[in-house]
Amino acid sequence: MTGPLLDIRRLSTHYVSARGTRVTRAVDDVTLSLDQGQTLGIVGESGSGKTTLALTLLRMLPPAARIVSGEMLFEGSDLIKKPENEMRRIRGKRIAMILQDPMMSLNPLFTVGDQVAEPIRVHEGTPRRSAWKRATELLKAVRIAAPETRVGEYPHQLSGGMRQRIVGAIAISCEPRILIADEPTTSLDVTIQAQYLNLLRDLQRSHNLALIFITHNLGIVAKMCDQVAVMYAGRMVEAGPVKQIYNAPAHPYTRALLESIPRLGDNRQRLTAIDGQPPDPSAPPPGCAFHPRCPKVMDRCRSEAPPEFRVTDTQTSRCWLSAPAAR
Amino acid sequence: MNGTAANSRSVSTVLALPSRLAFIRSEGFPLIPSLILLMITLVAILAPVLAPHNPEVGVLGDRFRPPAWQTGGTTDHLLGTDHLGRDVLSRLIFGSRISVVVGLMVIIVAGAVGTALGIISGYLGRWVDQVIMRVTDAWLALPALMLAIFLAAIVGPGISNIIIILAAVWWTRYARVIRGEVLSIRERDFVRLAVVAGCSKWKIMRMHILPNVINSAIVLATLQLGQVIIAEAGLSFLGVGVPPPLPAWGLMLADGKKGLMAGYWWLTVLPGGCIMLMVLSANLLGDWLRVKFDPQLRQL
Amino acid sequence: MAGPVLEAKNLVKHFPVKRGLLSREVAVVRAVDDISFSIDPGKTLGVVGESGCGKTTTAKMVLMLERPTGGIMRFEGQDLQALDGGSLRAYRRSVQAVFQDPYASLNPRMRVGSIIVEPLVTNESLASAEVRKRLLRLLDLVGLPERAADLFPHEFSGGQRQRIAIARALSLSPKVIVLDEPVSALDVSIRAQILNLLRDLQAQLGVSYLFIAHDLAAVAHMSHTIAVMYLGKIVEIGPAEIVAKSPKHPYTQALFSAALPSHPDERRDEIILAGEVPSPLAPPAGCRFHPRCPHALPRCSSEEPKLLSESGRLVACHLYPK
Repeated sequence: MTGPLLDIRRLSTHYVSARGTRVTRAVDDVTLSLDQGQTLGIVGESGSGKTTLALTLLRMLPPAARIVSGEMLFEGSDLIKKPENEMRRIRGKRIAMILQDPMMSLNPLFTVGDQVAEPIRVHEGTPRRSAWKRATELLKAVRIAAPETRVGEYPHQLSGGMRQRIVGAIAISCEPRILIADEPTTSLDVTIQAQYLNLLRDLQRSHNLALIFITHNLGIVAKMCDQVAVMYAGRMVEAGPVKQIYNAPAHPYTRALLESIPRLGDNRQRLTAIDGQPPDPSAPPPGCAFHPRCPKVMDRCRSEAPPEFRVTDTQTSRCWLSAPAAR
Repeated sequence: MNGTAANSRSVSTVLALPSRLAFIRSEGFPLIPSLILLMITLVAILAPVLAPHNPEVGVLGDRFRPPAWQTGGTTDHLLGTDHLGRDVLSRLIFGSRISVVVGLMVIIVAGAVGTALGIISGYLGRWVDQVIMRVTDAWLALPALMLAIFLAAIVGPGISNIIIILAAVWWTRYARVIRGEVLSIRERDFVRLAVVAGCSKWKIMRMHILPNVINSAIVLATLQLGQVIIAEAGLSFLGVGVPPPLPAWGLMLADGKKGLMAGYWWLTVLPGGCIMLMVLSANLLGDWLRVKFDPQLRQL
Repeated sequence: MAGPVLEAKNLVKHFPVKRGLLSREVAVVRAVDDISFSIDPGKTLGVVGESGCGKTTTAKMVLMLERPTGGIMRFEGQDLQALDGGSLRAYRRSVQAVFQDPYASLNPRMRVGSIIVEPLVTNESLASAEVRKRLLRLLDLVGLPERAADLFPHEFSGGQRQRIAIARALSLSPKVIVLDEPVSALDVSIRAQILNLLRDLQAQLGVSYLFIAHDLAAVAHMSHTIAVMYLGKIVEIGPAEIVAKSPKHPYTQALFSAALPSHPDERRDEIILAGEVPSPLAPPAGCRFHPRCPHALPRCSSEEPKLLSESGRLVACHLYPK
């Protein structure tokens, strides 16, 4: 197919407080795209807007949120314009999502088989028995041992790692084109996390999925992603191929973040810390939101919010330092 | 009841509220119920000044006068007189004293005892918990009003007796609810850190547990206020509460009951209306408090 | 003072599982099963391991929140088992803690100043002027402004709250601070600040740390010694660079190979372990790791390996000495 699988252009989602007095720009003018089979990492801390972005994609925003502008083209058509009944056919079937806590994602009162089979039955109208068979095969695909027994068990009978795999099985059950994983490994142990990420990568290859990782963990991005988009206070401050960004980050926030993370095998020297803390999304600083913490802040940054600049044809950075004259 | 945002907005545009009172502007604050409760309390305090007549003495010749706006009524007795010629308005005004005093005292005493026992039971656990909880269970198994009547019949009438009896019946609700809260607060990190810091059990209960359950206790107290007032009215109605000639609203209901068939509606409707007003306001306020505090409590 | 500030020998903690009306003991959770370690003054012992390894239980025993079922713990040479009442309180003054969740570690109803000095006023009777002086010094040590003392916890961010927790832990000038995942709940950009602060405080005050975290890079960065735990046992323990750079125990190797890279070009030989961590109710016989071990020998299923010295650290594995 021509063109990207997912094309988000100048998307903005705002939260409006009950009295209409406060507007939080949770997602502010975000542009990114995803091709088939690609893995994109959306990196950000609390208040960066990354989860709101994911919810916007699936049109699952709470009532207080509003998509204010922009478009989200999935396979060429704008998701924002779609009526709810069409979105329902897309959710779970064409675009699926995995959340952080598998215990919250699984209903304790239903068996594993019921839950894995549910999207199949809902979206494809498959009768129960064949849906269960498909469910068992899916459990095999996510490498759960003895799937025939597991399929009749309840979530509480399984370990955390297994539950997260079930969640993965549910997500791929209808062969979606895009899988969004929102902090999928935060609650998992280190070795289980490694197993799980490898599983996701294999599933991606075998099912030709596009993966979007939403995370604060730059290690996941380094391991799994081809492209990365860094978010700060609702805006996308840097985007591009992972290797390029890790080797030569253009935005001071990205650079500071990469430098502040302890590395296995470093000489245990003092880490380069970033001053201050991430801003309150409902009251970001004027101009560039990062300016109070930026080691390279200029006067302009305090009053004017920079637009996106092209650093190379594949890398963009929202920083006055990346403006053509400055470089 | 109209404790709505619309009312709040009009108040806030008129007054510049100091920050402590800013909650009045918050969503859904029950302004009218709170004002009603405030008014009742003020009436109770200022009763001797406000009441036009002596509530306990009546002129027999003046019995059963209807309220001023009906034929046969006079402006001298705005709300009419009762079967002994006593001024209904004055009795209602003085009656508020009894409701307010009994209501407040019972929830304070029952609340203090119940909360203390709930904290001790929840924090110390083990056999202390078992003993206190079994006692609470047994106590709760007895029907509150019947127990109150039974005790009142033994102990005799009187305001302080009523307060003690009602508090003795009501403390158990606090103990249970507070104990539940304490069980979860006990596992919080800041309590563990207090142990690590070397604080004694009593210090922890006082400094760490108590301040974090007091909100629940207050909410519970406000919700209980209505029940207590009804209980007091019920006891007085049955003749085992506040003794005549004290003008308790429940007692007025009992006396006025005889007059219903004769059409003397003001002798029951008016005191009944006062009871209803106070209980409803207390419940609405308590409900709002519960909703307001709950999310914060969950964050603990 | 020479010698370790804290020493544990053959520490054991078993939790009984009780069932039935009469609470009969039906099984035992062997949370910690015969571990030994020591922490030197001014140094950091890092403990790594996954769920069920016993590191949290170990921390609780060090903090005397749980009593060991067996084994000896010594603080500055003194046996802790013998402690009761007064001497227990004296021990508490020397060992403090900072926990993971900055939102749960501070009493929401107390002002920050009172929170920080609470250990101080509980254990020592000082004039309020002296207490105030110490409070200001502590706030300064952790980089918080003076006016923070009068505010409530909810007015601070996660990173600032963790600073408050650290200030509180320092108020009695303890010799050891147990840090249980001190930065995992914080934003990534703040973690470096807090880790740097902890290092500076160690250099300045000579305090020792027991550092527990699942972030291997952070542990390797902060620790002088690393102990790797699996199902209640220490499988490898030694100087941080040695254990992190060239782990010998198969579990340690798998653990460090599973750590996320810090650069996309960083390639590690990924050792993927089969199966899941067994339950501490029924640990495997012999070497507890043998069912999942890629190098298991026949004797591993019957004989428990001892911690023996190998290339500068201690390993409990039948592969060594070769």
